[in-house]
Amino acid sequence: MEAIQALKNQDHSGRRQLKDKLFFYGIIVLSLVTISPIILIISKLVVEGYRQISLDFLIQTTPDTFEAMTAVSNGEKIPGGIANGIVGTLLMVVLASAMAIPIGILTGIFLYENQGKFMANLTRNISDILQGIPSIVLGLISYLWVVKHVTSGFSALAGSVSLAIMMLPMIVRSTEETLKMIPQTLKEAALALGVPYHKVILRVLVPTGFSGLLTGILLGISRILGETAPLLLTALGSSVISLDITKPTSAIPLLIWEFYNDPNMVDLIWSSSLLLMAIVLILNIVSKQIAAKRK
Amino acid sequence: MTNSIAEVKKPILSIKDLSIAYDKHYAVKNVSVEIKKNTVTAIMGPSGCGKSTLLRALNRMHELYENITTEGEALLNGQNIYDISPIKLRRHMGMVFQRPNPFPTMSIYDNVIAGYKLNGIRTKKKERDEIVERSLRDVALWDEVKDSLYKKGTFLSGGQQQRLCIARALAFSPEVILMDEPTSALDPIATSKVEDLLVKLKENYTIVLVTHNMSQAARISDYSLFMYLGELVEYGKTKNMFTNPIDPRTEEYLTGKFG
Repeated sequence: MEAIQALKNQDHSGRRQLKDKLFFYGIIVLSLVTISPIILIISKLVVEGYRQISLDFLIQTTPDTFEAMTAVSNGEKIPGGIANGIVGTLLMVVLASAMAIPIGILTGIFLYENQGKFMANLTRNISDILQGIPSIVLGLISYLWVVKHVTSGFSALAGSVSLAIMMLPMIVRSTEETLKMIPQTLKEAALALGVPYHKVILRVLVPTGFSGLLTGILLGISRILGETAPLLLTALGSSVISLDITKPTSAIPLLIWEFYNDPNMVDLIWSSSLLLMAIVLILNIVSKQIAAKRK
Repeated sequence: MTNSIAEVKKPILSIKDLSIAYDKHYAVKNVSVEIKKNTVTAIMGPSGCGKSTLLRALNRMHELYENITTEGEALLNGQNIYDISPIKLRRHMGMVFQRPNPFPTMSIYDNVIAGYKLNGIRTKKKERDEIVERSLRDVALWDEVKDSLYKKGTFLSGGQQQRLCIARALAFSPEVILMDEPTSALDPIATSKVEDLLVKLKENYTIVLVTHNMSQAARISDYSLFMYLGELVEYGKTKNMFTNPIDPRTEEYLTGKFG
């Protein structure tokens, strides 16, 4: 008994408070370490890239290396812009979304409706594996399927097929997770009104989970926006604006790679990266906002 | 004179030898009952006695579960409900659930008219307005929500939401309304409002109600079924059953010996 009293009366408060403080500041320092890369990246992009950002940058096509060299040697701004890349990226994202969103949502509905069944489990696992496939491999596959056999040459279509395969598992997963969060009672309410099954899904469950589906789609888009490797093997790149899906097209990340390989275009690397980063960041913030609103 | 009374109380729903099994395990065993028109019929019994399964079998919602087998028949106005499509049947049999479940993406107005909208039944704006007003008046919700018809139904209180769900079922003018413990998620004041409503509604509708709450059954039902382990133990006028139960198991349940 006395021993316990003695233990109780020991005063460790000084040491404990010190430990507490160390822990607290440790957490702050490590959190700063985590956020510092993004701050460093954004500041670097802004500092190096803002000079090239102008209206021309958005609506002109890329200059050739000679024009750029002249401008750089005269100490002027590099003329032209990356409109061919912006248009190409938009074109391929729209095409990829048109392929991946309907298939992804329908697959997600299938998984939700068949919880625990063999085919659904198999599909879910395969979709997860698909998410882990390196993007360059998807590029190779799309090269084999589309470039060689469908468009007989590098094309926007081939690029968007590889991007669509990348998007697909994300949409499947987010659709299933979203639908799972909708209470079963809502489905019963609609069925009890004599509503046919397909309308219950399309007019009750999908609208109820709409913001969840949208979040998944936006995250999927922001993921494929920056993909470069599969596009090198499929869309190839182009110095003109092209809306023909059977012809090669450019994309913002492809242009960044091209600028990197051309010593005269260095300044354009930063401004293109800044634009790409800004789009991805905005998409991420928007989808986070939508997701937060749901809760 | 007596003939005309018998005429009014003719059965709308005759359940004959109905058995329902999940994976060979019988949840409802050989139940035969005649539900009379314009009455409130309560289904009572301890948890797991099959009362919800029996109720859900009446609009074939039990078929949503897997590995279900149904034997016997249930006649709605003389027609076997297992011979017509569940979609058609459910338009004659409204259902209200334990927890209020208005559609969260729809306004109050759209929730009431949801049965028409989701089924693609074309109606004129004037007809729709009439249906919404009539249904909301029927559940005594009209005065409370008439100025906020285009707000989301989920902004209402729990009791109002449940009355909205009843209005949604009434909008279709069903013959029978099935209720699965409709007040179990409500507070006492909201419960008494819903109970008053049910007594009023039986003038135009037939109500079958599953309840855990014996005093609720005593307060509002005309007929009662007592079920135990899937069997129908006793069926009769509520007054008789509560004052003078025939089966000893009913008496034990009513006096609180089990359940």
